[in-house]
Amino acid sequence: MKGLKVIGLVIFILGLLVFTFSMFSSQHELNPSLIKSYVPSESHQAALIKSLGAQSLKSSSNFEFVSQLQALMSQARDNGEKIEPWQEKNYLTALTKASTQGPLYGRSKLALWLSIILAAFGALLSFLPDLKLLPGIKNNGIYHSSATRGLNLYTRYFLLGAVVLTIILYALGQSMLLILSLLVSLGLIAFFVIRSEKNHNGSKARSASVSPIAWIGMITGAYLICFYILLYFFPYYITNWMKMLDPVSQSLSGYPASEWFVYGFLYCVVMVVMGIRMLIKYRHNKYQLLRTLSVIFFQLCFAFLLPEIMLRLNQPYMDFKNAWPLDYDFFTKDELNKLVGQGSEVALAGFTSNIGTMMLIWGIVFALIIVPLLTYFFGKRWYCSWVCGCGGLAETLGDPYRQLSDKSLRAWKIERYVIHGVAVFAILMTGVVLYQYLTGNDQILFLNAYSVKSWYGFMIGAMFSGIVGTGFYPLMGNRMWCRYGCPLTALMGIVQRFKSRFRITTNGGQCISCGNCSTYCEMGIDVRAYAQKGQNIVRASCVGCGICSAVCPRGVLKLENGTVDIGHRTTDLKAIHISENDISLL
Amino acid sequence: MHVVIIGNGISGVTAARNIRKLSDYKITLISSETTYFFSRTALMYIYMGHMRFVDTQPYEPWFWKKNRIDLKKAHVEKIDFSKNQLHFEQGESLQYDKLILALGSTPNKFGWPGQDLKGVGGMYSFQDLEKMEQYSKDLKQAVIVGGGLIGIEMAEMFHSRNIPVTFLVRENSYWDAVLPKEESEMINRHIKANHIDLRLSTELKEIVDDGNGVACAAITNKEERIDCGFVGLTAGVHPNINFLKETQLEIQKGILVNKFLETNIKDVYAIGDCAQITEAQPGRRPIEAVWYTGRMMGETVAYNVCNKKIAYDPGIWFNSAKFFDIEYQVYGTVSAKAPENHLSIYWEHEDGDKSIRIVFNKTNQATIGFNLMGIRFRHEVCEKWIAEKTPIETVLANLSLANFDPEFFTQYEGELVAKYNSKFQKSITLIKKRKWADVFSFLKK
Ligand SMILES: Cc1cc2nc3c(=O)[nH]c(=O)nc-3n(C[C@H](O)[C@H](O)[C@H](O)COP(=O)(O)OP(=O)(O)OC[C@H]3O[C@@H](n4cnc5c(N)ncnc54)[C@H](O)[C@@H]3O)c2cc1C
Ligand code: SF4
Ligand code: SF4
Repeated sequence: MKGLKVIGLVIFILGLLVFTFSMFSSQHELNPSLIKSYVPSESHQAALIKSLGAQSLKSSSNFEFVSQLQALMSQARDNGEKIEPWQEKNYLTALTKASTQGPLYGRSKLALWLSIILAAFGALLSFLPDLKLLPGIKNNGIYHSSATRGLNLYTRYFLLGAVVLTIILYALGQSMLLILSLLVSLGLIAFFVIRSEKNHNGSKARSASVSPIAWIGMITGAYLICFYILLYFFPYYITNWMKMLDPVSQSLSGYPASEWFVYGFLYCVVMVVMGIRMLIKYRHNKYQLLRTLSVIFFQLCFAFLLPEIMLRLNQPYMDFKNAWPLDYDFFTKDELNKLVGQGSEVALAGFTSNIGTMMLIWGIVFALIIVPLLTYFFGKRWYCSWVCGCGGLAETLGDPYRQLSDKSLRAWKIERYVIHGVAVFAILMTGVVLYQYLTGNDQILFLNAYSVKSWYGFMIGAMFSGIVGTGFYPLMGNRMWCRYGCPLTALMGIVQRFKSRFRITTNGGQCISCGNCSTYCEMGIDVRAYAQKGQNIVRASCVGCGICSAVCPRGVLKLENGTVDIGHRTTDLKAIHISENDISLL
Repeated sequence: MHVVIIGNGISGVTAARNIRKLSDYKITLISSETTYFFSRTALMYIYMGHMRFVDTQPYEPWFWKKNRIDLKKAHVEKIDFSKNQLHFEQGESLQYDKLILALGSTPNKFGWPGQDLKGVGGMYSFQDLEKMEQYSKDLKQAVIVGGGLIGIEMAEMFHSRNIPVTFLVRENSYWDAVLPKEESEMINRHIKANHIDLRLSTELKEIVDDGNGVACAAITNKEERIDCGFVGLTAGVHPNINFLKETQLEIQKGILVNKFLETNIKDVYAIGDCAQITEAQPGRRPIEAVWYTGRMMGETVAYNVCNKKIAYDPGIWFNSAKFFDIEYQVYGTVSAKAPENHLSIYWEHEDGDKSIRIVFNKTNQATIGFNLMGIRFRHEVCEKWIAEKTPIETVLANLSLANFDPEFFTQYEGELVAKYNSKFQKSITLIKKRKWADVFSFLKK
């Protein structure tokens, strides 16, 4: 059985290696006719063809080819042509993709089988032996494993700081040299701080700090971070993956695969594979089974298939379950223009409208009425743990890392500032872009609608939810984004905290303060602090994953939707005998 | 006023916290085990890699400073009760005005030959855990002696690292002094399903020295020799009061205390595992070495220390445990060998890993106790039924109020009711689908 696990892992790693290697394994050849068909602007076309001259551009390496193309662009710029950075990015991606014959030197189909499919198969194979274990909580060895034990506090914060700093400086157009020297000096400072702490023997309670460091976790994190950086900022390096998935995309929507299709496809594969792992692990727990099936369903159907099918039917593209403000650009000019008055006409109850407008109405009703209402009845878990795609990835791919969330009071304080800060930013941004849409005015006071939106998209959309949110799974836990960043969950959290029927009830005096619940709470809630006092848990951040209840060895916790809302609690009914007034922890 | 507490386990810590809530006294909390309070019940999870040591600490370090509870890591060697003075191993001393003894327990050893060898140990303290860790490297076989709660935890620990375990249990069936026959047999089966070599009706005779002072084998009373690298002694615990034996303090098995948790010496109290209650309530044992009683005593003693006299009242007995994957909860009285006037109704799932037992009085039908395996029941609801001597049939009809299993779990109350109906030729109907508000209003009533 252990053998099967190892074989599965080896196959998985082989698949991953082929996948990674396929990025580089292609040949490229650029000729003027490609430029003509992939560069929309005629003057850019002419300038690029002129720079290209008589010779055609050839290369057997994706990276080399891209840099040759970049040289071409700058030549065109030197000749007085104005090419915006976003145009350059589009041209690079389109031309690189068009000029290649695809991964594994043209064997795209084989590449798909040998990479994504093989890796998925290997991963599934490695989960099979777990079926032999008796059903029940099996968290053995999580803190002994270099993949899942996490980092100590300072290493975590250093890595977080370094990644954020690099990206911001890069976005501000700073030179790599400056960034590197900054990072090195930061690293040195961190090194000395960590060293001086070591002698201290202080057990910084519950804020991490297990030695030695989780190297496999760090490598996994680095891989994910690199993936997101390529996806967001350098899609022209992953054109081979797009080529690989072109047939899949063609068959769904009729269009070739973009980098976003690659992302969506991988997202689904990962969620299904890791979802199966979750289903095996929690096969004794119906709540977990249903919840996992639900997130997989919503990801496959609502986030992935349905929008592609809408495209095929020439209708506007929409993920019906993605609510504003998580869907942060829903109210931007571009997006609204894609919806209002678009799509086929439909008649409904005597009104004629078109699909795009109806989608817009759905989006508004969903975000402003349905989301808060369901949160009132069921807590925000109905979204975060049953529907949401970000939550879905966190609960499947991220499950092995849920114990890495920081449970300290310090982390809770930071969380409240950051998440509400993001929510305010999101609302502000939406206000500005709506103003722009309604008045046609780009400037409101000192804020420029385009730059507010692009900063939000960059800082929150790309950096926070992607690079830090997912890349940091193995470093800081699987709900980094949901806990610190998601503006939607911030708003639902307010409903949940003050006006909801959802709470986690505590079973009298049965708690033995063991700490399993707090450890496995991915949102970093110190569940035990409440349970050991016999108090119900009503916290804005709880996503209702139900894991605290599942891991509790004494059956202390139960997620419940009351028919009375949380104003009525049972604190005075505790079984711990002399009735205590609330002990104030803070 | 300076209150000194020896022992930073659950009882000592609860006392300290509650004294702080009630007063402004200076509080010093002493322990030689660890600086910060940790949950002893979670020791196994550290070994199994579910949690780190820090995760078992319920309070962060700032908590103690913020609540002005001084922590002192030192071993008390002697107490001079006439001078209100503690003497530490390192030679210092400390003056107190009031003293709370929360010394906990220590594992039983029954004079087995070889019991003090290296590679032999109980599992009580953090140091015991470190020792286990030390001997677990390259361990090929472990032997565990004593079929109680800690023994089975130790078996699970080794099992989690794929170390083969032989589990010697003196009784004919696991923990059958506490569990009724069916439940006890369920656990026997479950232990074996986990590939533990369970040897019932088997005792340890001696532990063999490998010549270097390290254990290399255990010999049973059936003259079987089991080669092993570690012998776990888990045959119960007793109060950790050795160093108090030659003092004025009255002790028997534990430190004798009255219902206000006062010892025979003024301003000295004892709580938790080390206390022996002289006026135990009917149905309760004088020494109850469990987490919950330690916590309740800690709370009670705080009031008494702060001059608000309150008698210790542990209420209706409850406890819980987990045997590998089977959770266990008990409320009220469920005897292993039921007395004449106790009847019980028992349902077991066909897979043999879940069960519900309700015990009631034959004469007046009052419900006395609940025993649950693999099913969770609400503490408050069961407690209220027992306290109010609710007739069994009322309880059965309303049994859904007690269910505490997570949402979507299959509920088996109906099957228990059916069992009752067929056994006693009755036709009770279970009121299904009870909402949280029903539970709430039942408890408020
Ligand atoms: C492995 C294990 C699992 C358990 N699981 C459960 C369970 O699931 N449910 C349950 O109800 N109970 C359980 N128990 C029992 C429960 O943990 C104890 O009843 C409880 O911890 C007792 O608390 P206490 O405060 O009385 O003593 P302790 O927690 O033992 O604390 C006493 C402290 O005092 C210190 N001390 C003693 N003498 C001195 C001295 N002279 N100088 C300085 N310090 C001193 C000791 O080092 C110790 O740290 C378990 C026990 C163990 C060992
Ligand atoms: S609620 Fe359960 S898991 Fe949490 S500390 Fe209490 S006993 Fe442990
Ligand atoms: S409190 Fe429990 S249900 Fe809520 S997020 Fe944490 S682990 Fe999940």
